[in-house]
Amino acid sequence: MKILVCISRTPDTTSKISFVDQNTKFNSDGVQWIINPYDEWYALVRAIELKEKDPSTIIHLINVGSIDNEAIIRKALALGGDEAIRINTNNDDAYFISHQIATIAKDGYDLILTGKETIDHNGSSIGGMIAEILDSNFISLATKLDIENNQAIVTRESEGGEEKIAAPLPLVISCQKGMAEARIPNMRGIMAARTKPLKVSEASNTECLTTINAFDLPPAKAGVKLIPADTPELLVKLLREEAKAI
Amino acid sequence: MSVIIITEQSENKIKKQSLESISYGVAIAKQLNLDAFALVMGATDENLSYLGNYGVKKIIHQKNIGAANSDNKVATKLISEICTQHQAQIIIFSNSLFGKAVAPRLSVKLKAGLVSGAIKLPETGNSFSVKRSVFSGKAFADVKISSPIKIITLNANAFETMKSSDANAEIVESNIEVPAGTINIIETKKNEGTVSLTDAETVVSGGRGLKGPENWGMIEELAKALGAATACSRPVADSNWRPHHEHVGQTGVAISPNLYIAVGISGAIQHLAGVNRSKTIVVINNDPEAPFFKAADYGIVGDAFQVMPKIIEAVKNLG
Ligand SMILES: Cc1cc2nc3c(=O)[nH]c(=O)nc-3n(C[C@H](O)[C@H](O)[C@H](O)COP(=O)(O)OP(=O)(O)OC[C@H]3O[C@@H](n4cnc5c(N)ncnc54)[C@H](O)[C@@H]3O)c2cc1C
Ligand SMILES: Nc1ncnc2c1ncn2[C@@H]1O[C@H](COP(=O)(O)O)[C@@H](O)[C@H]1O
Repeated sequence: MKILVCISRTPDTTSKISFVDQNTKFNSDGVQWIINPYDEWYALVRAIELKEKDPSTIIHLINVGSIDNEAIIRKALALGGDEAIRINTNNDDAYFISHQIATIAKDGYDLILTGKETIDHNGSSIGGMIAEILDSNFISLATKLDIENNQAIVTRESEGGEEKIAAPLPLVISCQKGMAEARIPNMRGIMAARTKPLKVSEASNTECLTTINAFDLPPAKAGVKLIPADTPELLVKLLREEAKAI
Repeated sequence: MSVIIITEQSENKIKKQSLESISYGVAIAKQLNLDAFALVMGATDENLSYLGNYGVKKIIHQKNIGAANSDNKVATKLISEICTQHQAQIIIFSNSLFGKAVAPRLSVKLKAGLVSGAIKLPETGNSFSVKRSVFSGKAFADVKISSPIKIITLNANAFETMKSSDANAEIVESNIEVPAGTINIIETKKNEGTVSLTDAETVVSGGRGLKGPENWGMIEELAKALGAATACSRPVADSNWRPHHEHVGQTGVAISPNLYIAVGISGAIQHLAGVNRSKTIVVINNDPEAPFFKAADYGIVGDAFQVMPKIIEAVKNLG
């Protein structure tokens, strides 16, 4: 079986968010970059677990991004995975990125795994787009994945619950909590990652449908209104009369 | 040309989140001088013409939806045919499970730029741009869509439902053949608790400060009195004090209710990432230095075990 895991790079979860160039660019000064948590903890680690069960499994990683992303790609290779492909571009339009991934993904992969969303862009859209380009099924927000008799047995979030489904391969799946337990790379993995292939190819010519004009930050909160602990019922009154929230 | 709002039903009734999408779509249609149509899929218990009150001109009712509820490939094909038939220029979804699965596919199928998680009406002057939430609620981005057809998914509780007339909408039956899907459902499970977290207008949430699962009675009681859903911080779910689907935050569910009440939660940045889009935030914590107070609108510095029973009583007395 061949699995393609989509890996994106995001600022560390504790990063201070600010912008430069008239609020058109993210200020990456002093920012630590990580593999998007959903891609690492759930998509990649589940792929590695499937390979541990069936060693004939091949795992490829794909990232659409600039050379700056190679540090996190190496880290992903250190966790597991056989080789990585980077499509060299700075473009961040989801339609564009999905087409880049789909050009690689149509090359005989049985499973294409993405994270639930990137924690910076929060699009939740790349997985569905890839699936449509490939004309394959898309299982979103999966919490469990197994392969049995050449089909995928997946548990996914549903309205107010979850459902277990069976779907034929090839298949695109977006992964979230439940899929796997986070791991840290060990020394052997880190050494091995240095010599694993990291192929770079140029982006294919695809249109972009969206562009970011500018960013802004939410207005600072006016400040918390504290209610004395011995009269908590006052909170309820304020929520009803002032905030009109209950 | 039209604005088409893709609605969703729960127990054969149009969901509240869809009424928000309808109100939003109608406002855009007004801005651009277009007609607003709502697509309703599947059997319904309602007389849909009431959607005219929200400013919708026509309801496209596709009763036969085959596998569209469980198979987003089928749903995309169906919706794309309807949108093409009715010359949709702008298509609105809720940023729900269904919207998140289908809108990206439709974006490819119709080559229509997608903005997911919109929080405001678009700017429609020289170009078309929509504000959306990014960096897990820590910032916003103004995103321009350059394709002729545009798709927006609207965040929950980001736009008020608005009844603008007493007109009835015309109902048009649609009879598109729905292809079979290839996804087989083996088993379905419903979460316990009556209010779903992502749909809830009010959420009462507990953290490690509550010491153990045996103390969740007061969270549940307050939630019940408010008609709210219950949630928790990540360590609480990781310790199996509460089910995993209740975990909110960066790696859990992201919510944007009208009111979020956090009890015994410190307010770590990863927790805030999932809840900072809530309209009003209440924090109850015995540590005045807890970071959550900086993100809160109302706060009580006090022991949850002392404070909560009085709050529950006061809510019950509201009538
Ligand atoms: C990559 C990453 C992702 C993460 N994702 C998430 C996520 O999605 N969601 C999430 O929640 N966390 C997440 N975390 C964990 C997060 O950093 C915090 O550790 C976590 O939110 C803390 O949970 P807590 O507030 O319940 O517990 P604590 O931090 O232990 O806080 C307990 C609070 O309760 C208060 N307290 C104690 N006793 C009482 C009392 N009697 N009455 C009132 N208050 C009391 C204390 O003052 C304290 O502020 C993530 C961490 C990382 C590194
Ligand atoms: N630039 C990228 N390169 C590779 N995969 C990506 C990229 N951007 C997003 N993805 C994948 O798509 C998922 C959803 O991203 P998004 O639609 O931006 O929320 C992520 O969790 C990744 O798995």
